[in-house]
Amino acid sequence: MDNESTYSGYSYKSSHSRTSRKNRERRERHRLKNRDGSVRGDKSVMIQAPGEPLLDPESTIVDDRDDNWGETTTVVTGTSVDSVSNEDLTRTSKDLEDSLPLDCRRYISPVLGGILGLISVITPLAFLALPQLLWRETLDPCGTPCEGLYISLAFKLLILLISTWALFLRPPRATLPRFFVFRCLLLALVFLFVASYWLFYGVRVLEPRETDYRGIVGYAASLVDALLFIQYLALVLLEVRHLRPAFCLKVVRTTDGVSRFYNVGHLSIQRAAVWILDQYYSDFPVYNSALLNLPKSILTKKISSFKVYNLEEENTNNSTGQSRAMIAAAARRRDNSHNEYYYEEAEIERRVRKRRARLVVAVEEAFTHIKRHQDEESPSSSPKHPREVMDPREAAQAIFAPMARAMQKYLRATRQQSYHTMESIINHLQFCITHNMTPKAFLERYLSPGPTLQYLDNNRGRQWTLVSEEPVTASLRQGQVFCLKRLDFALVIKVMPLPFLRLTEEFIDPKSHKFVMKLQSETSV
Amino acid sequence: MSFVPGQPVTAIVQRIEIQKLRQGENLILGFSIGGGIDQDPGQNPFSEDKSDKGIYVTRITPGGPAEVAGLKMGDKIMQVNGWDMTMVTHDQARKKLTKRKEDVVRLLITRKSLEETVKQSMGCHPKQ
Repeated sequence: MDNESTYSGYSYKSSHSRTSRKNRERRERHRLKNRDGSVRGDKSVMIQAPGEPLLDPESTIVDDRDDNWGETTTVVTGTSVDSVSNEDLTRTSKDLEDSLPLDCRRYISPVLGGILGLISVITPLAFLALPQLLWRETLDPCGTPCEGLYISLAFKLLILLISTWALFLRPPRATLPRFFVFRCLLLALVFLFVASYWLFYGVRVLEPRETDYRGIVGYAASLVDALLFIQYLALVLLEVRHLRPAFCLKVVRTTDGVSRFYNVGHLSIQRAAVWILDQYYSDFPVYNSALLNLPKSILTKKISSFKVYNLEEENTNNSTGQSRAMIAAAARRRDNSHNEYYYEEAEIERRVRKRRARLVVAVEEAFTHIKRHQDEESPSSSPKHPREVMDPREAAQAIFAPMARAMQKYLRATRQQSYHTMESIINHLQFCITHNMTPKAFLERYLSPGPTLQYLDNNRGRQWTLVSEEPVTASLRQGQVFCLKRLDFALVIKVMPLPFLRLTEEFIDPKSHKFVMKLQSETSV
Repeated sequence: MSFVPGQPVTAIVQRIEIQKLRQGENLILGFSIGGGIDQDPGQNPFSEDKSDKGIYVTRITPGGPAEVAGLKMGDKIMQVNGWDMTMVTHDQARKKLTKRKEDVVRLLITRKSLEETVKQSMGCHPKQ
């Protein structure tokens, strides 16, 4: 759960411009709100993973835009003439993601944070160095106490640098739609600190050319202490506070109803959304749009049963009677479609199982053709059967041929053929052979739909839209609902608080465990 | 034959008098008992109410004094020579039945078929 820290490079150091920009935007938002006369309902904001620019570069000021602005959903209907097939749809969406250029805005925050960090680290050294450079002659000599302070200063700076590297110098994994409140707070705090120290230094030390060097060294040491404490504050706010679970989030995918429950701590909505997406990629099975359609025979029958046309306007009495009859007939017809659905499903399942059996047998047989070559082979076998020694790739290609047909038929039956190309299958086969896996291990990837992460290639970022009725920097509360949308499906997230636990104790004396036999004796008299 | 603890028990009983038979040193009655308040009532095959902890006749030696006297398997013994048998332990029941000084035991036993017999006979009576 400590993914929060990976969002920013330098999360507690910021620049002046960012905070003032935030204030400016807040003022703008208030003005526009008043003009509207009502509080906005749905706010549509973007969450963006790296490598993936927003569709609109200025979308940080989002709340007055149209709700449906960011969505490019296309509805695929079964009966329209110019329908877009699913493969085309996924291909166009992939192209869209591919063609967008890299977003430079995502580097502003780490860079500014880095600058402020550098300044704040150099400041104590500057405090020490400036008097020595400028008015060295008039300084009071300062022997042992100063040296002690030098040592402590040096070690504290070292610790500061190491912990900054450990905590904050990590590549960000997501860009959030609104400002990360805690991070901004900390950056502002650091800036305020450093600025006020410089102010004091400039007015009290540089101007009157203060001669008490020990005091100056103490002053620099106190700045380093303060920086260490700010880092502690950053650690607590950004990393530790949300570790204790407080809410249970139910995440449901809208298209096929796959749901998971996660425990999170006190987070803002946007941070919770990013955390959930991390879990989504490794927990949820991949969304296969081909699996959702009812079999075509049922679909056409269902649709045809709803078409009730009323062509004649004049004899309305007749037509109502007719339409009622037609609706009744349609209802009766509808009653049978569940039957057909049941049999169709049973048939499909039987077919899938048969193909799966064929696939398993084919793969097992294929794996028996190949054996790991032992170097210490007995010399008697080599003159008789000079077996050629192959590397894994060739071995994979050699045994792929007998199982290719069975594999292809199985993938078609389970509609997975778009996820596995022949190349990827051979790669996986090579991987399995290299690591001495059994046929079952090889097949595991194809027999059950794996998590989405397995099918991603990592160089492209992923774009998600966060839809929420409350501002996304608000923290989670009971009963909140928000959505994470992509082009063809969405995740609906509901927040439930974890129950308050009242634990009581009950002491059991270890000697109190006693037992009696259940008797039913019979005595003859 | 169900009973409520603390309330008096009402049952239709049959009085059976068994003469003990001398076999060597022992006086035997020729049947076996099961049950008692220290036993598990759920395993009793003869009781209607599986929480009934009374003493039941579980076996009758064929040709023994008990069979001769008319005791049947599955009978619940309510009294032995005036001693109550509905709330006794198994061992107490055994002791009451095997007192060396007594030659005769007079049992009050009850069984389900007694009730039906009585009802039938009472039903027949007005006709007569």
